Amino acid sequence: MERRIGVYICHCGLNIAGTVNVAEVARYAGTLDSVVISRDYGYLCSDIGQGLIKKDIKELGLNRVVVAACSPRMHELTFRNACQDAGLNPYLYEHANIREQCSWPHTDRELATNKAKALTHAAVRRVYYHEPLEVKEAPVNPNVLVVGGGIAGIQAALDIANGEHKVYLVEREPSIGGHMIQLDRTFPTLDCSECILTPKMTEVRQHPFINLLAYSEVEAVSGFVGDFKVKVRKKARFVDENKCTGCGVCEQKCPWKTDSEFEAGLAKRKAIYIPFPQAVPNVATIDKKLCVYFKTGKCRACEKFCDAGAVDFSQVDQIIEVEVGSIIIATGYDIFDPRLMPQYGYGRYDNILTGLEFERMTSAGGPTGGRVLLKSGKEPESVAIVHCVGSRDKNYHEYCSRVCCMYGLKYAHLLRELTKAEVYEMYIDMRSFGEGYEEFYERISKEGVNFIRGKVAEIAADPVDGKLIVSCADTVIGKALRVSVDMVILCPALKARSDTEQVAKTFTINRRADGFFLERHVKLDPVATPTDGIFIAGCCEGPKDIPDTVAQASAAAAKVLSLISKGRITLESAIATVDETRCLGCGRCEETCNFHAPKVVAKNGVMVSEINETLCKGCGACAVVCPSGAMSIRHFTRQQVTSMVEALTEA
Amino acid sequence: MELSYYPGCTLKTKARNFEDSAIAFMTALGINLKEITRWNCCGAVYSLADDDLIHQLAPVRDLIRVKEQGQDKVVALCSLCFNTLKRANLLMRNDAEKRKTLNSFMDDEIDYNGEVEVVHLLEVLRDDIGWKTISDRLKVPLKHLKLAPYYGCTLLRPQEVAIDQVERPTILHQLLQALGAELIDFPFATKCCSSFQAVGNREVALESAWNILSSAVSWQAEALVVSCPLCDFNLAGKQEEIKQKYREFKGIPTLYFTQLLALALGLDRKVCHFELNYQDPQPLLESKGLL
Repeated sequence: MERRIGVYICHCGLNIAGTVNVAEVARYAGTLDSVVISRDYGYLCSDIGQGLIKKDIKELGLNRVVVAACSPRMHELTFRNACQDAGLNPYLYEHANIREQCSWPHTDRELATNKAKALTHAAVRRVYYHEPLEVKEAPVNPNVLVVGGGIAGIQAALDIANGEHKVYLVEREPSIGGHMIQLDRTFPTLDCSECILTPKMTEVRQHPFINLLAYSEVEAVSGFVGDFKVKVRKKARFVDENKCTGCGVCEQKCPWKTDSEFEAGLAKRKAIYIPFPQAVPNVATIDKKLCVYFKTGKCRACEKFCDAGAVDFSQVDQIIEVEVGSIIIATGYDIFDPRLMPQYGYGRYDNILTGLEFERMTSAGGPTGGRVLLKSGKEPESVAIVHCVGSRDKNYHEYCSRVCCMYGLKYAHLLRELTKAEVYEMYIDMRSFGEGYEEFYERISKEGVNFIRGKVAEIAADPVDGKLIVSCADTVIGKALRVSVDMVILCPALKARSDTEQVAKTFTINRRADGFFLERHVKLDPVATPTDGIFIAGCCEGPKDIPDTVAQASAAAAKVLSLISKGRITLESAIATVDETRCLGCGRCEETCNFHAPKVVAKNGVMVSEINETLCKGCGACAVVCPSGAMSIRHFTRQQVTSMVEALTEA
Repeated sequence: MELSYYPGCTLKTKARNFEDSAIAFMTALGINLKEITRWNCCGAVYSLADDDLIHQLAPVRDLIRVKEQGQDKVVALCSLCFNTLKRANLLMRNDAEKRKTLNSFMDDEIDYNGEVEVVHLLEVLRDDIGWKTISDRLKVPLKHLKLAPYYGCTLLRPQEVAIDQVERPTILHQLLQALGAELIDFPFATKCCSSFQAVGNREVALESAWNILSSAVSWQAEALVVSCPLCDFNLAGKQEEIKQKYREFKGIPTLYFTQLLALALGLDRKVCHFELNYQDPQPLLESKGLL
């Protein structure tokens, strides 16, 4: 068939035309083989610009189109769609990047123009060999998996379930609630964290569309967007969830104690325990490592006293398989261990607390009944709040943890309210960016708090009077200070979960250099991951406060709902294809593929590779390793690629 | 066994108690500290100026002496000498441009490329000899002697020359434990003694020393253990002035770790030259039955 190619050179205002002589490129393109029309235009991505192309396709009978403009990541799809509108298969289109890869990095007009010509020439040569490709679709399973039952997971699960789609909510701990349920009051409004979270937790428990898998972990994920198969390990609680009434008698009778995770180690829990009174599900769990029955075979006190007969020492882990179309990961964060900064004396001296420990202390339901107390049982007369412990520090985590400035201010307020203590807020910069945050800062600064701008160098203890001596630079007055206080509250960095790497592997997603999960685009696609159908929300994507977490969770839910609402996915057409007459069945493609797309199978008694078209991403790794040249990628055939190379080397 | 040894100026003058005790106990442990010949001042302090070339000549010449004498390792005792030599050595290893300039400037010397390894005596004790060997050889365990290890800065900072964890070192702690002493783990063990501020900023120096000393006293220390003559000067040499400024301060002796080693190995007390210590430790040691 005769090739009739149209070439369009975009000015992009002065972005391209400022460095490249676009008229000259268009004139040159007009001289190339099979080019019927060649134009340059101010903004081809505009409706008028696209109209120009559509009109030419119809009037001049174009059957191939090249646009030389910005990066294909910006507008390749725009022009493919324009071609399709005009009745041309979208794969008969080729995009040359003369902005990011030409006009922006170069300054010499003549050289840049020559390069733009070469790039356009290469595109024209390639499009000559393009073939129409069929666009295929597959259905989307409307069930959803949400991993993590903190505020992010809870919000996302509720948003989706309220749309009457089934959600499996998997939580590793015995109860949902995450870090937020441990917090006392939330900045800047000072409303009670428990009071705003527990209704949502109850809603999760009662929701007909949510299947809560607490005390469970995802073991393996296979499949792809629209059709994931997930294996969940439901860990043995040794308590029947359906029988347990949450009465708590077992806890009273159990003789074995350890530090309570919920109370951040400030109180004890038993070997059989309900982590906190509002736990969801409100059932007991036996800590197998601590329970003496599992060590010696004796005790069973909890079983004897359980009226409901819920205790079941014979329980074993269960593997549950679920099928879902999309996944939201909301696995949260870990808190930086301040012991890694020995200069701050945490764990070595008394009365140095982490933020989370202080949250439990001020919580009305906490171990001190909401009173701020020193080890001695007295109220502190002076307290230092140390910001940026392990954050904004090249030795530990370079990033800002975003929540510490605000909760540090909240602590100052609570201390002024609950005690008569002198409060020192030791900060590097005060970051109060959110709604009502700057006003909160303003308010606290009028409450008689001492603000010292400077990083704390070290915290020492004086054994005689029990005081802690905080050494700190005051960069405002340019002096080194030593402040003697009764109590120090450290604000440790929020960091990626210690098992983030394992989770990333399970779900085939990536991590950033700072350890958190990588989003598909930092600004324009912040809840998607590079793996289709898998989304991230909350602090597993990076430190953030509750409002941002909730917003992100709802955003992830919206992405999932739009997938479900459409009900089908478009499969990539530019994928691998096997020439079975040349395939040796060696299986190298199968070993190389990260997405498990090729599989060697027997066909008519011969072993050949077969591509699962829904799994293939068209990355081309298999085509590179194929020793016989049987494997190729549609839209990136040898002929298409070598023709471009030839055009570029001619230039 | 023989180890190439760089003494530095102070050890030959005010800090003979440091050097003599070190040589004596190392000899007792079967190691001969062999002083390099024709050494010069280490430069005293590592220059932080960007144009620092002229300041590197002194330490690099010392390292050239070591190389010339066929050695690949040199031991320093004074923390400041150790710091200056080791940093100059790293510069010669890592900065090709400065290395070239310095080598061509010193055209009467052999070329130097950072071949020598600079170590502190404490590292030799920990890594080559071992705490167990030392505790096995104890004649006079330092029982009931409450000692606060004091590191100062230059053994630990900057990170690339540190002989131990920067923020929480334990090497001196471990040595004192091996010697059977009662360890006082006080918080200001790595706080700066104020270094050369003593020359031009007397008040700062006195305050800084007082902070360190009073903290050690409040943690019940009976003596401070040091590894640097400048730290010793600031902390012990200035105690009469500190007492005038801070009336409640009663004084506390300081000892070089080498003196304690010589003592614990049962060597003749003469090698310790206690008479050279700014604050006489002998009454304390006698009261514990160690002399």
